[in-house]
Amino acid sequence: MDTSRSYLEPSSFSKKMAAAIIIVYAVITLIPISWMVMTSFKNVDSAISYPPEVLFEPSLEGYVNLFTNRSRQSQEYLDSLPPPENWYEELVRSREMVITGPSKFLGRYSNSMIIGFGSTFASVFLGALAAYAFSRFRVPLKDDLLFFILSTRMFPPIAVAVPIFIMYRKLGLGDTHLGMIILYTVVNLSLAVWLLKGFMDEIPKEYEEAAMIDGYSRLQAFFKVVLPQAMTGIAATAIFCMIFSWNEYAFAVLLTQFNAQTAPPFIPTIIGEGGLDWPAIGAGTTLFLLPVMIFTIILRKHLLRGITFGAVRK
Amino acid sequence: MSQIKIVNLQKSFGDFTAVKNSNLTINDKEFFVLLGPSGCGKTTTLRMIAGLELPTSGEIYLGDEEVGMLRASERDIAFVFQLFALYPHMNVRNNLSFPLKMQGYKKSDIKNRVEEAAKLLRIDHILNSNISSLSGGDRQRVALGRALVRRPKAFLMDEPLGTLDAEFRELMCLELKKLHLDIGATTVYVTHDQLEAMSLADRIAVMDGGEILQADEPNIIYNKPKTKFVASFIGSPGMNFFEVNEGISKDQSFVNIEEAKFDIPKQLEESKGSKNFFGIRPENLTLSNNEGLKGSVFGVEYLGSRKIITVKTSLGEIKVKTDISINVKLNENVQVKPLNNNIIIFDGQTDKSLNSEFIK
Repeated sequence: MDTSRSYLEPSSFSKKMAAAIIIVYAVITLIPISWMVMTSFKNVDSAISYPPEVLFEPSLEGYVNLFTNRSRQSQEYLDSLPPPENWYEELVRSREMVITGPSKFLGRYSNSMIIGFGSTFASVFLGALAAYAFSRFRVPLKDDLLFFILSTRMFPPIAVAVPIFIMYRKLGLGDTHLGMIILYTVVNLSLAVWLLKGFMDEIPKEYEEAAMIDGYSRLQAFFKVVLPQAMTGIAATAIFCMIFSWNEYAFAVLLTQFNAQTAPPFIPTIIGEGGLDWPAIGAGTTLFLLPVMIFTIILRKHLLRGITFGAVRK
Repeated sequence: MSQIKIVNLQKSFGDFTAVKNSNLTINDKEFFVLLGPSGCGKTTTLRMIAGLELPTSGEIYLGDEEVGMLRASERDIAFVFQLFALYPHMNVRNNLSFPLKMQGYKKSDIKNRVEEAAKLLRIDHILNSNISSLSGGDRQRVALGRALVRRPKAFLMDEPLGTLDAEFRELMCLELKKLHLDIGATTVYVTHDQLEAMSLADRIAVMDGGEILQADEPNIIYNKPKTKFVASFIGSPGMNFFEVNEGISKDQSFVNIEEAKFDIPKQLEESKGSKNFFGIRPENLTLSNNEGLKGSVFGVEYLGSRKIITVKTSLGEIKVKTDISINVKLNENVQVKPLNNNIIIFDGQTDKSLNSEFIK
């Protein structure tokens, strides 16, 4: 009998099975993403060729098209121009076009950043304060209030699109950064309060009592002692909030057009000649993935501990 | 350093009264222990002194100042928690300097004070360690250090040795006592462990059901308990009680129980009713062949230098602490007699001890 390993440890066969299942799952989820990344490096023709090309000559045309506006010109006009100054001008001219200026993508992208991080910060900050209060104080009607907060997530947010549209128009919040930050914060706050309350409950109240004895006010104790210890919860909550507000599409379509339009409603509208410019859309989407990916990787250490909260802390 | 005085202190949580109308004076530089079973209100009393709970009524004086309604941060006291409550995201040095930072000391002063406290507690070699890497004893020392650096008016400790294992607890007990002798700070210490209380305290207050039953020096608490609860809670094993179905009159000096005659100290007070209790410590009893209460041996526990023999009699089980040389077998018929007249009569109606020549 093999006694070199504990009975609790899975056998090498089941380990291999687990690895195989994970690999299959990863491949399935990664196919659309890798297809998208591949599309972003194709040129317009190979992106729509049939049968689809898996091996292709990479091109940055999608990225160039994403960041520029171009117009088609006659060969005579192109010949009359001075030689192209850089590689992307050369690329555009080879398509018989000239660059007429930068596209709106960077603006939309930074709108996404401002609104995404802004609402994430607001949700986590307000959520942490509320969660702390629910966790520590004798709040009248505590359970009812918590249920009420949760109930705002019991319908899809878009169900209240019409009233919000009208409210925002009256309040002048339509197509503003502040309006979108408030909206996403409202949607995320209930999740933040509930998640963070769980983490706050796990932190023994002796820590802030010790800080208060040490001469700190309750608010100072909250910032100096409670928040650092709730880091796992804050990281997990921040990622959930960030993913929602970063990806949100329906409200962004409805409420933003110019000033505060985020990337999700913008990317599908990138039109090329005679149809959608798939490489540019692929490029936009690929770039759009990066911030959430980086954000998650930075917070991953906390997140992994955070997801198993309650199980390992004590 | 200051005297702590609590006057008519009361604390209720809804319908439940955790601390009932308590009065205590804790002298300057005294090591004072609040002792009682869990739920007796000792921790609530301590937390009220600290300012972590506000009293329902009554006053708390720290020195001459009434602090009952002040915030914890405004009272200048230090608190050592049972679970230490060291800030896990800071290293030892930062934990120790945390209370000083708030008071706006200069960086060099903070450093000096932290190192001084660390040296006193012999944790100067781990100042840069993380809290999570420390052993229970070191954590305890850091928690004490955090209390110490501030030089507060008083130290409050809530079962600080409760989570340590037995061996370490004894060691820390000695260290705490030594520390108290070194710095001479007023200390209020909460525990449910009577051994800890007896070995540490200058004075002990025994609490039960939210009331302070007796506050005295350890030997008085042990030898002259004021109530039946105090007598049973202190001592290992606790005092034996026999029910006596007769009234005790003034000047009475013996009681007949069954066929045995017990000499009792001359009573200075008569009992209220006809049902009373007779209390005698196990070490004041011995086994005999020809006199005393008849019974049979029910159990024998060896304690190394002493033996505890449980004898089943018509009055119930009686514990006798005897010399190791006495050999008895289970179910053997023996007789139990008192060694001396250190006997306390407890009034059956009030549970309080009656005054006698022995306990005045």
